[in-house]
Amino acid sequence: MLLPLEVAVARAVGSLSRLAGRGGGTTLPGKLLSRVDPGAVGRLAARLPHGTALFSATNGKTTTVAMTAEILAGRSLAWNDSGANLLSGVTSSLLASGQRDLGLFEVDEAAIPAVARRLSPRVIGLGNLFRDQLDRYGELESIAERWRGALADLPTARLVVNADDPLLGELVRGRSGVVTYGLDDPTQARPSLQHAADSKYCTACGTPYVYRAAYVGHLGDYRCPSCALERLPLTVRAREIELHGLDGSRFLLETPEGSERVALALPGLYNVYNAVAAAALAGALGATPGEIVAGLDRFVSAFGRFERIAIGGRSLILLLIKNPAGANEAVRTLVESSAPTVAVVALNDEIADGRDISWIWDVDFEPLLAGFDRVVVSGGRAAELALRFAYGGLARDRIEVVPELEEALDRGLALTPDGGELVVLPTYTAMLALRRVLAARGHVENYWKQAR
Amino acid sequence: MRIRVGHLYPEYLNIYADRGNIAVLSARAAVRGHDLEVIALGLGDAIPEIDLDLVYIGGGQDREQALIAPDLLAKGPALHEAAAAGTAFLSVCGGYQLLGHFYRDQAGAELPGIGLLPLSTTAGNRRLIGDVLLDCAWADETLVGFENHAGLTTLDAGAEPLGRVLAGHGNDGTSGFEGCRSGRVYGTYLHGPLLPRNPWFADLLLTAALEHAAGEPVALTPLDDGFEAAAHALASSRARARGGR
Repeated sequence: MLLPLEVAVARAVGSLSRLAGRGGGTTLPGKLLSRVDPGAVGRLAARLPHGTALFSATNGKTTTVAMTAEILAGRSLAWNDSGANLLSGVTSSLLASGQRDLGLFEVDEAAIPAVARRLSPRVIGLGNLFRDQLDRYGELESIAERWRGALADLPTARLVVNADDPLLGELVRGRSGVVTYGLDDPTQARPSLQHAADSKYCTACGTPYVYRAAYVGHLGDYRCPSCALERLPLTVRAREIELHGLDGSRFLLETPEGSERVALALPGLYNVYNAVAAAALAGALGATPGEIVAGLDRFVSAFGRFERIAIGGRSLILLLIKNPAGANEAVRTLVESSAPTVAVVALNDEIADGRDISWIWDVDFEPLLAGFDRVVVSGGRAAELALRFAYGGLARDRIEVVPELEEALDRGLALTPDGGELVVLPTYTAMLALRRVLAARGHVENYWKQAR
Repeated sequence: MRIRVGHLYPEYLNIYADRGNIAVLSARAAVRGHDLEVIALGLGDAIPEIDLDLVYIGGGQDREQALIAPDLLAKGPALHEAAAAGTAFLSVCGGYQLLGHFYRDQAGAELPGIGLLPLSTTAGNRRLIGDVLLDCAWADETLVGFENHAGLTTLDAGAEPLGRVLAGHGNDGTSGFEGCRSGRVYGTYLHGPLLPRNPWFADLLLTAALEHAAGEPVALTPLDDGFEAAAHALASSRARARGGR
């Protein structure tokens, strides 16, 4: 039994936190409840008649889970749509949601063991591991090992795994009942692995993998030429992929139930990965092929990941960047579609962004720089971006350093011609701050009001 | 003037944006009319017969360092010869450790290094992470960067550090030393990458490499380093505010 008083108090803290202007109260109630009663989150989750599903990945957590929620729109969900994805955030959203049927949570890579242990999820989805915030997460293989331990403790959980990521595929090789997903369209392959790709060497013998097709970073159809390990067979896959720049993409979704055409409003191959992940995850939770396609077709955007916002006669395109693999895909998508001439790029180094900003040197910004008339660099480490772009070949007089985010946004808008597009590429906390500015000006809603 | 840079294991040791260091050297050479040729030296590649003016080795994940270590040992004699003939070296993080005598892991197993720098490293039980500010009194300058290492590095008696720690952990968190320099061979835990926000050090390496290439001292013209100075100032304020925690 839950103690009703504990729950009521923790919920009240959420309301107070919102009233006090400290964000959406998305983590404080959970922290409070965990302190008073650490077992409460497990009991809250156990009340969900259809159990819980977790999803984790370096890139695409928020989007994949939001897509899954859209597919499952007819169900009664407890869902951490604020993006608060540590144990405290999951607990808070369980508290705030009251009686629901099914729990759906994105979970921080490092928090998977703790969250899985407390929630005993029915389904666990694992999307990808890219190098990200080494100062915070450590090396990729140590995260994978922690995941391996968490999975071993949950032998009956259904796993949904991106088999195109060698590190993840090898994590579940030999386990039965795994739903694997990936891409199967060599026409979308990159000619080679990108700079500083991760997980390039066979986990069994250390030989470099050979790719029949490499799609995003090290994700693709891999094979070890020495010990013959290769990508696991795919249960759910995307074929016949067409990318239409910022206007979205289309693909053929193949599942054991059949093939369906999907029209996705989101750009880029990385969002096709997110869509296939959502299809596989929702399928494992019982969604029908019809629900899956309808949900993906309907889906517009997850908070701050890709948003097009009209401001006066101008259009602002907001794309989150947070690590080399994700930023490379954002750059690729922009270059292949609108090739912007003005941009605001904002780099913060708060804990949620990563204190270590060296990752900006692993991003292939160069194709984007060639098209810039002017770029405004902003955020707490704006000068480092100025250096990155200057040494990337952009003339120094085309770079404006405006550390203050709101000022940088206004400067970017002023540089954008009427009817033109302003591309804004912020790191996580810079995105939150910019969105607060846009919300205060009435262009977008606050994140805790936005969903559903 | 052509400057030949040997980049050791770029496919394996690239975890902290090491290519940024190369990009800075290349651009700062080019703007002074010099041409930086970067030669990738991978597993099994021989050290070229031609004289290298500068050798660069970066950092990698543990697994990748273990993969290249035996090959580095095989290249050791050629690298010692190059250093004796005046080739400059910059080694960062894992590469820095492997230029020392050895790296001893937590289980006590030793990965031998090539002994080009007078130091040895033992794995500690926590990572030393954060912004770092160094006083390089020998050059009357400061260096700023970001450290993230579990290895604790001890310099041999009498060895010179690259700098004294003003903020951050440094080689081992206790000695107050960071990095090492021995002639033209430099090693450090600082990435970020190191050179963009420390242009004086990039120019010092270029000057050494040019001198080796030309066989006589070569002066570099000063550049407009406004962005560099701003980034340096920000990074040092970060280190003072929160380095070494």
